[in-house]
This record gives sequence, C-alpha cells and structure tokens, in this order.
Amino acid sequence: MTALLPRRGLAQILALIVILAVDRVVSPQFFDLRLQDGRLFGSLIDVLNRGTPVALLSLGMVLVIATRGIDLSVGAIMAISGAIAASLADSHGLPVVLAAALGAGLVCGLWNGFLVAVLGMQPIVATLILMVAGRGIAQLITEGRIVTFSSPGLVWLGNGAILGIPMPVAIALGMLILTGAVVRGSALGLLIEATGGNARASELAGVGTRAMILAVYVWCGVCAALAGVIAAADIMGADANNAGLWLELDAILAVVIGGTSLFGGRFSLILAVLGALIIQTMNTGILLSGYPPEFNLLVKAVVVLAVLLLQSPKLSGFAGIAARLRRTKA
Amino acid sequence: MENGLDPAPPLLEVRGISKSFGAVRALQEVDFTLRAGEIHALLGENGAGKSTLIKVVTGVFPRDAGIVRLGGEEVAPRSAKAALGAGIATVYQEVNLLPNLSVAQNLFLDRQPMRFGIVREGEMRRRAKTLLADFGLEIDVAAPLGNYSVAIQHVTAIARAVDLSARVLILDEPTASLDRHEVEILFGIMRQLAKRGIGIVFVSHFLDQVYEISDRITVLRNGRLVGERETASLSRLELIRMMLGRELAETTSARASQGEHRAREVCASFENYGKAGYVAPFNLELRHGEVVALAGLLGSGRTETARLVFGAERADRGQARVEGAPVRLQSPRDGVRHGFGYCPEERKTDGIVAELSVRENIVLALQAKRGLHRPLSRREQDEIAKRYVKMLDIRPPDPERPVGLLSGGNQQKVLLARWLATSPRLLVLDEPTRGIDVGAHAEIIRLIRELCDDGLALLVISSELDEIVTYSDRVVVLRDRAHVEELTGEAIDVGNILAAIAADSVTVALEAHT
Repeated sequence: MTALLPRRGLAQILALIVILAVDRVVSPQFFDLRLQDGRLFGSLIDVLNRGTPVALLSLGMVLVIATRGIDLSVGAIMAISGAIAASLADSHGLPVVLAAALGAGLVCGLWNGFLVAVLGMQPIVATLILMVAGRGIAQLITEGRIVTFSSPGLVWLGNGAILGIPMPVAIALGMLILTGAVVRGSALGLLIEATGGNARASELAGVGTRAMILAVYVWCGVCAALAGVIAAADIMGADANNAGLWLELDAILAVVIGGTSLFGGRFSLILAVLGALIIQTMNTGILLSGYPPEFNLLVKAVVVLAVLLLQSPKLSGFAGIAARLRRTKA
Repeated sequence: MENGLDPAPPLLEVRGISKSFGAVRALQEVDFTLRAGEIHALLGENGAGKSTLIKVVTGVFPRDAGIVRLGGEEVAPRSAKAALGAGIATVYQEVNLLPNLSVAQNLFLDRQPMRFGIVREGEMRRRAKTLLADFGLEIDVAAPLGNYSVAIQHVTAIARAVDLSARVLILDEPTASLDRHEVEILFGIMRQLAKRGIGIVFVSHFLDQVYEISDRITVLRNGRLVGERETASLSRLELIRMMLGRELAETTSARASQGEHRAREVCASFENYGKAGYVAPFNLELRHGEVVALAGLLGSGRTETARLVFGAERADRGQARVEGAPVRLQSPRDGVRHGFGYCPEERKTDGIVAELSVRENIVLALQAKRGLHRPLSRREQDEIAKRYVKMLDIRPPDPERPVGLLSGGNQQKVLLARWLATSPRLLVLDEPTRGIDVGAHAEIIRLIRELCDDGLALLVISSELDEIVTYSDRVVVLRDRAHVEELTGEAIDVGNILAAIAADSVTVALEAHT
C-alpha cells in the first residue's frame, strides 16, 4: 500500500498550496465553511464538488496511461451514461438507473479495450472512434433534446450530503479508496506497472498483458460513466452536446500533473486525484476573482507548465542527476 | 610495430587522468598510450572505468586532473564534437546514426555537398559509394540505413568517423551484436585502418577477439591502471588475473560430473516439434539435472528453438510433453504454468522492466504465476528479493533500486532470480553471458552448474563454444534453422562443434580455436 502514498508528490502539494493561497488573496472568504441543512458549504467544498467529475475520470485515466495507453472517449462516455440515467430516472428505480448507466460505461470500456488489447490498435486512434461516435449515441438516446428529470433518488446523488459531505465528493472518495484497494491490494498494481514499463518483457514473464489492458479500459469506462451520472444528477438533466465536453483533456492533464508519465509504468492514484483538484482550484479561483473565464485557460496553461517544470529532473536539482550518474558510474 | 627508441611522440598520450563523481573516484591517475597504427585493447570489468576514460578523453565528461596529448600537442575537448574536430572519433555499441535516413545521408550528415543551398544528392551518393568501397562494402547507399545489418551500420559509422579525418578511432564494444562472419569483416577493416596509421582503441568483453586483433592491451581495475602489455606476450590466465585481481580457477576445465546423469528422468520432450518458416521440426529431450546447449551461428535457429520450447512462439506441428504428459504451449503463460523459465537474449527490451525496482522485477514471474488474487505481501516480496540478492550476489545489494541502473551482469542475475523464484523445472537461457563482465561471467557459469546439480533441466544458447564445452551434457548443433547434429559425452569439444556448424557452409571462414 505504500505506493498509494505520495512519496514523490512534493511538487503537486506545493502547487496546490500556492494556488490555495492565491485564491485566499482574491477571495478572503475562500476558507470559510458553514453547515446548512446537514451539508457543508463554502468555496473549498465547492472546489471538491466541482472537481468530482474530473477526479473520477482521472482515476480510470491514470490506470490506462500507466499501461502506456490513453482514453480520449471518457467525455463521450459521460454523455452516454448521463443520457441513459436521465432517460430512465423518472420511470425506473435508482438501482436500475445506476446499473444501466454504469453498464453502458462498462460496455464502452470493453469496446476500447478490445480495440487496443485484442486488435492491437493504437490507443489514441482506437478511443478517438468512441470519442466521436459516443456523443452521437448520446444524442440518439436523448433524441437531440435536453432530458430533465425529477427523481429524488438521482437528484440526491448530485445534491445530497452524507455526514455533511456532498454526495459527489463522498462518491469520488469512495471510488478512490475502492480503486486503491483493488489495485494495490491485489497484484494488479504491480502487473499494470510492469505492462506499461515493458509489455514485451512482462508477457515473457508470464503476465497476461492483454487482460491487464482490457481491465484498465473497462475500469476507465465505468469511472467515466459514474462521472456522467453525477454530472447529470447535479443539473437534474442530460445535455448530450455538452456533458463532459473536453473533460478527457482535463483528465489527462490531471494524470500528467500527478506525475504519471505518458510513457507508462509507475503511477499514483492519489496524485492523479490531486492533479484534478489543482485544476479545479484554479478554475474556482478565477471565477471568484471576477476575471473573465477566458483567463482560465491561460492561467491553467501557466500553472501546468510550472508543475511540470517542478517535476522535471533537470530543474528539481542537477543534484539529482549528478547523484544518479554517480551511482551508475560507480 | 615500430618499437624501441622511437623519438616521435605517441599518437595519443593520456597522463594522470582523474575523475570523481561526487565521492566515487571513477578514475585515479590513469595513463594510457596509443601509438599510430596500432590496435590497442582497453579491458576491465564493468565499472573498471573504461567508459569513463573514453568519455573524459573525448570531452563528454570534464576531467578533474591530468592531461591528454594528441600527436604531442595538448588537447582539451569540451564535447564529443570538439573531440571529433581534433581527430578523436568514437563509435559506440549502439550506433548513433539515424536508421530512417539513407546510408549516404548518414555519412554526410551535417556536411552534405551543397549547391545554391540545395543538397546535391547525386554527388553525395557518388562520394558515399567511393567511401564505402574503401571498406569493401558495395551496397545501395540510397537505401535507409536501418534496412542493413548491425555490422553494416557499424561500418558506416566507422567510415563516417574516419572520413571526418579521425586519427584516433575508439570502438566501444563494436562486436557485441555481430556474428562471427560480421566480426571478420569488421576486423579486416580495423587492420586496414591501422595500416593507414590510424590508432584504434578497442573495448571488448570477448577475450578471443582481443587476442585475435589487438597489438597491445591496457587493463583498468576499479578506476586504476593495472598495466599495459604486448598482447603476444600476455597469457590468458595472466590477463584475467590482471582484470579480476584474484586467482581464477582454470576456466575451461571440463565439467567434473559429466556423464553421471545419463539415466536422469525426462523433464520435457518435444517430438517432431516445429513451425513452418521458423524452425524445421525437431526432436528434443530435456532431462532433469542436465544441460543441453544449442550451438550454431546467429540466425541458425537457436533463439527460435528456445522460443518454441518456452511457448513464446506457437508451434504448428509436433507434440510437447512435460513429465510425460502431453501439453499445449500457446503462450509464455503456458510455459510459466508448466514450470518453464526463459531468460531472453535481449535483456533490455525483452527481459527487465527498467523503471521497476530489483524487488519488483524479481517477483514479477512468480506473481504472474500465482495470479491476481494471491498477491505476494510486501514482506514476502522483501524476503524473496533479499534471498536472491544475497544468493546471486546482486550488486549493489539494494532491492529498491530501479533495475535499469544496474550493470548488464547484475541485470542478468535479476532475470535469473526472477525465474528461480518460481521454482522452475526447466530454464531456457539465451546467451546468458553476453555483454557482461568477466567476473559475472564466471559466476553465471558456476550458477548454471549448480542449478543443474540441483536437478533443474537447462537449455542454454551460447556463441561462446569454450563456454558450452565446460558445462554441457549434450550439444545440439543448428544450421539454417534446422537441428543437424547432437553431440554427447566425449564428443563434445570445440573442434567437433565447429565442424558440425561449418559442414557444407562455404562462406564461413572459421579458424581453429585454441
């Protein structure tokens, strides 16, 4: 379980602290919390709440990227699952709605995994297919309209609270713990890292690399579907055109900020979620500052650059390189 | 060789070079002298300081102390490019050229013949052709370099270096990935260049080749100069003693227990086993406590046989049996399940997961065999890693170090440990001693013997016939992707193996080994 804890997460934690401090400057009430109707309110809670979809996406994305893959279709999967949930919400019970929406995500993940693991397609191309087609499927489900619902169960998932914590945050936290337990509690984590680090060598060592790759895409699909359900529950409706739009890029960004290399191998779940929070903290800060949201993208780019520079071995001390050279040449 | 009272200064003179990386003293007051027209072997175990010396001389690393004189004049290049400008060229084991560009473009990279700002392709190709003709190469210079064998890529790199007016040519492990025939070509070119007055530094792990090609030998050990000798007057035992700094038992003593295992039980057998276009059908019996070696030239079907046996490649005919029971070997997973292990030849691409730690690399196959649901706890992993790090003397003894930072010999030991941890019945080793230093080499041979005495069945591929003779109970000789002969007992000697390999093949010029 040690790998769950950020041993190398200093850059990310520093970045988060700096951004939080900046947010505090632009909005003096930033750290204020208050309890109302059994639910916590405040900017911090808002960050967590808004950050939930990307955090959930990054949980699946980090595993896919660890196998040296990428999944561009998660935004489209959000749209599909949101559309299914919204369409069924008022006619079926919550368990059926959830099962159908998450089942759709699972099927989408299987499709991606099949293309990558079995047919051997390049992940970026394979998932591009569903990225494009998925939004079309979602529009077919909603018949081009924005489907609204009022089912209390589903609305509660987006707006309710448990022990004062908003439901979306509780769900994301639960998923982080569940994913961590599955990945690090079984041998999955090691085998995924080995597959991403060197697939040929891992296969020759007897690792079922295809099964690993299939599994991570399936999990990525399920996480995306859950994010889609929460996003729909939040606005009490499904908009197939805009749900999850471009969020795949935020998810990839979150994983990269979290220090997992796009070349696969070592990954950290916690740091990927931290990456998602960094992104959301920035977004919220800019909204609070009153600057036009267009600045958001620019500021995001600058912060991402800063985090990546902090992580890069060249900047984080020539000392580090020298030490490594010393060791290899010794 | 012009010896004696030669008044002219040597071509390259290195005096009192020191270099430290932090607290580690990689080189301590090393001297090195290269004469014009000689081939000078630079030898030492991994970590002896050969690479560091080369990199300091060529300006890749700055030096802490000492001087370098080229033709009597002091030089201090700041980069490999500056060294090249001064006349010192280096060709590394992994050729640093661009496989997607044509041979001609590689030769004239950065200095293409131009007219009005446009590259004169025709002129460049003509000059490339002439240049390579000097080296006895008649190839299509317009084809991408990557289409050609590693040997031709090496020759191209050398031709480029020499054409850049190199006076000193440093070849770092040039023969590591060449077969016997290609080595001959390379040696021919080296001799020719030496005749022209170019001084050549030859770094190699292959002592046979060192004796064949070099005039003099300089040995480094732990960053210090051990000595400089004339090759002709230095015995092999003495050389190994210089390199290892300890007495080494006669390395070529025949295996004591040979012949005792005749009646051993069959571990795995393959009947009429083969794959069309890959390896002709063969019969092979592997017994417990027995080493079977596969001998043959590169491309003769040795690695292909190994991959079929392990299950890395699917056979399309024949029957495999494990302990008498018929089995199907469709994938490496099948092989692992039946208790097979396979250390591939290409350690870096097919063996290690460089980024992961020594511990994780060691437990990988065992974990894969146990399956997802039975993870090895961290404590079990630590115990396994610690046990094998100690047993195989993996250095440095740090299980948490990324395996990519270890030397080749230690990476090989990690791979051995990976399979030993699965308690295999059959271990397939493809070139287990290739590219690793003499000390680890001897250790791995000792290990092969020990494992065999413990009842393991071993199938070993090696290009080093001397080595095969030391440990094998049987030798299967391959030629042109078919098993052509099997030698046992007294019949196993280098001469017989060579004869079997060379039969009918006209092109291969083989010299008698000592």
